[in-house]
Amino acid sequence: MHIPSLTIDQIREGLLAHRFSAVELAQEALDFAATQNPSTNAYLHFSPERALRSAARVDEKVAQGQDPGPLAGVPIAVKDVILTKGVRTTCGSKLLEHYTPPYDATAVTRLEEAGGVILGKTNCDEFAMGSSNENSAFGPVRNPLAPGRVPGGSSGGSAAAVAQGTAVLALGSDTGGSIRQPASFCGVVGVTPTYGRVSRYGLTAFASSLDHIGTLARTVRDAAALLEVIAGRDPLDATSAAAPVPDYTHALDGEVKGMKLGLPREYLKDLTSETGDLIGKGIQALRKLGCDVRDISLPTTDYAVACYYIIATAEASSNLARYDGVRYTFRSASSGALSDMYRHTRGEGFGAECKRRIMLGTYVLSAGYYDAYYLKAQKVRALIARDFAHAFSEVDAIVTPVSPFPAFKLGEKIGDPLAMYLSDIYTITGDLAGIPCMSVPCGKTAEGLPVGMQILARHFDEPSMFRLAYAFERAGGAN
Amino acid sequence: MKITEQEVRYVADLANLSLGEAEVHRFQADLNEILGHMEKLNDIDTTGVEPMAQVLYEAAETATLRADIERPALGTELALANAPQAGAGYFKVPKVVER
Repeated sequence: MHIPSLTIDQIREGLLAHRFSAVELAQEALDFAATQNPSTNAYLHFSPERALRSAARVDEKVAQGQDPGPLAGVPIAVKDVILTKGVRTTCGSKLLEHYTPPYDATAVTRLEEAGGVILGKTNCDEFAMGSSNENSAFGPVRNPLAPGRVPGGSSGGSAAAVAQGTAVLALGSDTGGSIRQPASFCGVVGVTPTYGRVSRYGLTAFASSLDHIGTLARTVRDAAALLEVIAGRDPLDATSAAAPVPDYTHALDGEVKGMKLGLPREYLKDLTSETGDLIGKGIQALRKLGCDVRDISLPTTDYAVACYYIIATAEASSNLARYDGVRYTFRSASSGALSDMYRHTRGEGFGAECKRRIMLGTYVLSAGYYDAYYLKAQKVRALIARDFAHAFSEVDAIVTPVSPFPAFKLGEKIGDPLAMYLSDIYTITGDLAGIPCMSVPCGKTAEGLPVGMQILARHFDEPSMFRLAYAFERAGGAN
Repeated sequence: MKITEQEVRYVADLANLSLGEAEVHRFQADLNEILGHMEKLNDIDTTGVEPMAQVLYEAAETATLRADIERPALGTELALANAPQAGAGYFKVPKVVER
């Protein structure tokens, strides 16, 4: 078995033809991941008992002639901000180093019910705050394609595991680009669905009006298949949408000829030349497929970073208030009175980026500044969403780069928080508008660094997004 | 300067965050730079625009409510399992009121 190239369909075929059992595959995948992991630090910990238990259930179903489920036996990595009952979940934070959740996230429950096998939990920026995975308390992740470079963030471990082949699929979370940017940097497919499409029950909250769970895979088909399993209404998340979940994999084969695509000029002006060239070739490939590509404008783009970092940090400062040394494992040893315990626990437990964002969020919400920052940002957010709504009255999908540049070097941007924030420019707009968006591999630079193309679609129109991505993938991207 | 050293200390206090001296200075510089970038928002006219707190798509108002049916709670033991200090079915914290 060549684990790094397996797909969902190949695994299913192999299981049903009795070429291998799910337990054999799980054990081999665990062994392979354990040998490969030291080079990337993609996984923080493995969950072999749970994996083998899930695999045994699949084998039982196969033996009894039952349908083993759409993800039967598929090795899956789960970002460590998503709760797994009985399996340590650290959120990349020293504060939660010893935290073992008492329940499963709904996405986790659903993928296991579908026969998926969770191998372990992947590294990420602390509480999903970062664009390089360098903010993990447990060390950075290295890009499997270029070990001196970052994998992107915050779902860097999930993207690296899929790219390295130590998982077939992965769950990630995306608040401002945390699935698409690492997918782009690691050359895999990353999907951020419509806001509310996937239940966030059991996703550690960062910025609740922006948080999503999404999928990473090596192919568009596999990313779509995983989304189909985890999507849908969940009574445990009041923000989850009741809209029926379409058959995403069935939607892949539709026609893209004549599809109207918008190319927003604001997304093309600050690209490095190689990224610009590859995206340009990608656009040409879409034209060759018969798509009707036209220039559009999303005039509020320039305000998106400021808008996002006000809203996201404000919500984060509130969501992270719960880590105060009372309920979640870590408490400062130097705590005298109760108020000192809160302050020291948080001061010692949070890393620099989390503190920076808590400070920023607290400031923009504080008396006298609320209207100037938070309320203003919410109004600008409405304008950004309006821009997209206007664009989607003319086009079926929007095509952009994912990031202005490919994977940067470890340490290159960590000292300059504003530069790091600005690198999220093309991905945060999709989260602010709550529309589905994804990264699909476009090509590679001369140095071999992957560049992703972003596709954005209307609310709940994942089928069009996947159809276009699939056609682009089959056409070989920009090449 | 948008934010003074004194304000940094005040905000850290609001956030229940103990900061070292070096951190106070670092965050003062960082926040000033980032807040400077955020000044950009003053250039855009938002007169008459309703603030957007949450992504809204067409959905029935009650679509998000689940049926009001009793279901088992987590239970005290599991809820306390991750507490740094627990006892007698409670989370324990340092003394709040001095005698």
